[in-house]
Amino acid sequence: MTTPAIRNDWAVMAIFTVAVLTAPLWLAPIGANYPDLLQKFAIFGIFAIGFNILFGLTGYLSFGHAVFLGVGSYTAVWSFKLLTMNVIPAVILGTVMGGVFAVLIGYVSLRRSGIYFSILTLAFAQMSYNLAYSVLTPITNGETGLQLTQQDPRILDGPAGEGLPSTTLFGLEMSGYSGFYFCAVMLILAFYISLRIFRSPFGLKLQAIKSNQTRMKYTGFNTKPYLLVAFVISGMFAGLAGSLMAVTDPLAGAERMQWTASGEVVLMTILGGTGTLIGPLLGVGIIKYFENIFSALNEATLHAFFSFMPDWLANVMVAISSQFVGEGWHLTLGVLFMLVVIFLPGGVMEGIRRMTAAVRNLSKQKPTELEPKEAEG
Amino acid sequence: MSENNIVLSIKGVNKTFGGLQALGDINLEIEEGKTHAIIGPNGAGKSTLLNVCIGRLVPDTGTVEFAGKNMIGMQPHDINHAGMVRVFQTPEIFPDLTVLQNVMVPALAKRDGIFKFNAFSSLSAENNIEEEAAQMLDDLGLGAIKTHQAGSMSRGDKRRLELCMGLIQHPRLLLLDEPTAGMARHDTNRTVELLKEIKERGMTKIIIEHDMHVVFSLADKISVLAQGRIIASGTPDEIRGNPKVQEAYLGGAEL
Amino acid sequence: MAAGQLAGRQFPSISHLTVWTVMDALILQLLNGLDKGGAYALIALGLTLVFGTLGVVNFAHGALFMLGAFCAVTLQNVLTISKKVKDESITFFDAYKETPYLEIWWGDTGAAIIDWVVPISIILAIPIMLAIGVAMERGLIRHFYKRPHAEQILVTFGLAIVLQEIIKSFFGANPIPTPAPDIISGSANIGMMLGLGESLVYPWWRLIYLLFAGVVIFAVFAFLQFTTFGMVVRAGMQDRETVGLLGINVERRFTIVFGIAAIVAGLAGVMYAPILPPDYHMGMDFLVLSFVVVVVGGMGSLPGAVAAGFLLGILQSFASMTEVKAILPGIDQIIIYLVAVVILLTRPRGLMGRKGVMED
Repeated sequence: MTTPAIRNDWAVMAIFTVAVLTAPLWLAPIGANYPDLLQKFAIFGIFAIGFNILFGLTGYLSFGHAVFLGVGSYTAVWSFKLLTMNVIPAVILGTVMGGVFAVLIGYVSLRRSGIYFSILTLAFAQMSYNLAYSVLTPITNGETGLQLTQQDPRILDGPAGEGLPSTTLFGLEMSGYSGFYFCAVMLILAFYISLRIFRSPFGLKLQAIKSNQTRMKYTGFNTKPYLLVAFVISGMFAGLAGSLMAVTDPLAGAERMQWTASGEVVLMTILGGTGTLIGPLLGVGIIKYFENIFSALNEATLHAFFSFMPDWLANVMVAISSQFVGEGWHLTLGVLFMLVVIFLPGGVMEGIRRMTAAVRNLSKQKPTELEPKEAEG
Repeated sequence: MSENNIVLSIKGVNKTFGGLQALGDINLEIEEGKTHAIIGPNGAGKSTLLNVCIGRLVPDTGTVEFAGKNMIGMQPHDINHAGMVRVFQTPEIFPDLTVLQNVMVPALAKRDGIFKFNAFSSLSAENNIEEEAAQMLDDLGLGAIKTHQAGSMSRGDKRRLELCMGLIQHPRLLLLDEPTAGMARHDTNRTVELLKEIKERGMTKIIIEHDMHVVFSLADKISVLAQGRIIASGTPDEIRGNPKVQEAYLGGAEL
Repeated sequence: MAAGQLAGRQFPSISHLTVWTVMDALILQLLNGLDKGGAYALIALGLTLVFGTLGVVNFAHGALFMLGAFCAVTLQNVLTISKKVKDESITFFDAYKETPYLEIWWGDTGAAIIDWVVPISIILAIPIMLAIGVAMERGLIRHFYKRPHAEQILVTFGLAIVLQEIIKSFFGANPIPTPAPDIISGSANIGMMLGLGESLVYPWWRLIYLLFAGVVIFAVFAFLQFTTFGMVVRAGMQDRETVGLLGINVERRFTIVFGIAAIVAGLAGVMYAPILPPDYHMGMDFLVLSFVVVVVGGMGSLPGAVAAGFLLGILQSFASMTEVKAILPGIDQIIIYLVAVVILLTRPRGLMGRKGVMED
């Protein structure tokens, strides 16, 4: 019983690793293989995987997870400014700071559950966002955002050369595909941790808390530390994602902490399938890919697309569809969001499950349909 | 009977809800290894009494001593680990988990304590826990549906699952709140057999029950609760012959 | 020494002046706070009404506030549809200016109608907001009564995004000035009225807003207190299941309650347009705050929402005084959230919340 299950986990990891590392190849046919987008997939993938550990396993809906993303970014940029352009300390410090903030916010917010928990996390997120824009300007550089300058000390690096330095991994520049591969390794690590948690007794207990928290208490568990640990882990994932954003582009702004950013990760997780391992990643892939495609479209490309139609019809189609592309991408996102919640609360993963079930039923039904006929005959 | 044999001792417990006295001066001692039934009409305060025992309610006055320790004000999870476990009347299960997982969770509680960060050990390596849970399910006739989602079970099955979840923790004192309510006759008989068996293993039980057949075939001692007070306590035979009980509770009906 | 004497001599008059300016500043902040609080209270009132009766957490409620404001914008746009008319006052060359048809047709009367666009919008906004509210309830919210709160939050959050993006695509991303009528666009000399000195002035429109908020709140409470319909709604807020069992047509009442909440939010938006030029994300900005207001007041408590709305408005307003900010930098940015956190941790049910609402 034991061995096949564990072997199964390793197979999942092997497939996942190969899939991530070869992403530049198999995403080429849909035009999603350029480094910028690949980096986004990986970074938001980590963010969503982490969010899913909290929301998917415990059912606690946090509306403030973007704080940890922002904290991770700021920390990483400060590491670039003060210590070194090497990404390792930046990533470690960003993750740790995400965790520290998660301990503070989580400890207070987890004293309440349900909608009250959501509002508390939202309140903390708004506080952080507002403070980052106002009094914390010396740390965050306010609206301009925190950037590298030539005057930065960078005490671990040698004397600065010409221009602004770029982020490196022991000399290897973290731009383009090398940046993606660095993020990809982090994503694989994050996925591995998430897989282990999902398949562990700890994960089962978290799911039990989601199912019936009161019962958990009378079963002999102190649910608070379980929730806090899940919250902190997901905060650290967000911190890691935030620091990776700074790795690929050494810049941090407060808008990363806005509650709409928190809403985005909720959306990606739901769209893919809350509480499933792969779901959040699918959600990230779909949203980031279509965001990329849709926001690049404009009326000219739409005209070209509808050119096979008669002119008047093409104009109507362009007029309608142009509302959903380019600047209007958020409208598409909102509509998509509503449709998923209304018709497919389990997300894409539930869609896939329903479809395979339907196919299985179909193939099963054929023989049973024949039987009554034979009986009649 | 020496003092040592008393597992649970309830002394002078009072509880009022907005002027309504739910429990009035309850004194009760439960002996190790015995099955103590609490009977009484609806609203007599039986469930309130259990809730006080497991820390869901804090009494206005009085003490609840379990194994020599005062339980008042203790967290529910600590009371659980002290060895007092309750089986709920309305099934409190984990509806989203499988039947097997429902039993594994309390088994993990017994082993891991109130908190253990075992996020990197594999659930599928928990052979002992899983086997024990599966065995328990087989014993209660739920083995065939152990992979089903618990929320989709019939009410009677949920009751039995509840019992499993309580029994797997091998508590020193098991509190059973109407364990056979909502069960079909043959299921009831089966549960009674099972409870008799665990009685032979020496588990102490408090049982609240309406079904007199169940009460008299299981209980070593019976306390009768009416309007928040214990009006009689004694062996089944004593209770059967007690005119006060017949009048107050059974309305003169033959037991 | 001379400086000391000088200071000594001037001391009484300085102190006199300071007292008045401090008083002025405090009254001004109080009014600002009441104003802001009025908007919070109106939005929170509808939010908590919907929550208390329908049991739905509506994240699109802020969008209703925004739509109200855009009722005024739309009417303004419609009324000022113009054509180019030759400007007679310029004689050197042919000059044209945009003149609204209304002015061409009705002259000064037309100009006056345009001037009074915001108050006129109120009449327009009531049926429009009712229609939007009913459509929203029938089309979407109704199907979510039995679904988990998380899904209600998510679907209404999606709806809020959709509504604000639609507004953005029609009206653009920039705030649109929607002035109050000329005659009341100035400031009232409150100092004179209260006998406090002439320096204390306050915009007329904001005073009107405050009065308006009071009237609407009073109307909603009166409606709930004195009509049979209101009685059923209040009973439903106490115990939803029982009212359902009484054989009362709950569904239709739910629709009406949602419509009322939409009207209240919309009116709050219409009237707020001259204070804050409407843009597409004003709803979201107010929504987050209004949720905090509802939670602080106690989920499902109408008086709680109103009290918390004004309380938080005033606190925020005082926190943004320079003197306060000098002591506690940044406090104006976080005061509301800080209060919310403290209240949620010390009084889990908010100021006036009832037991058992949304607990676990």
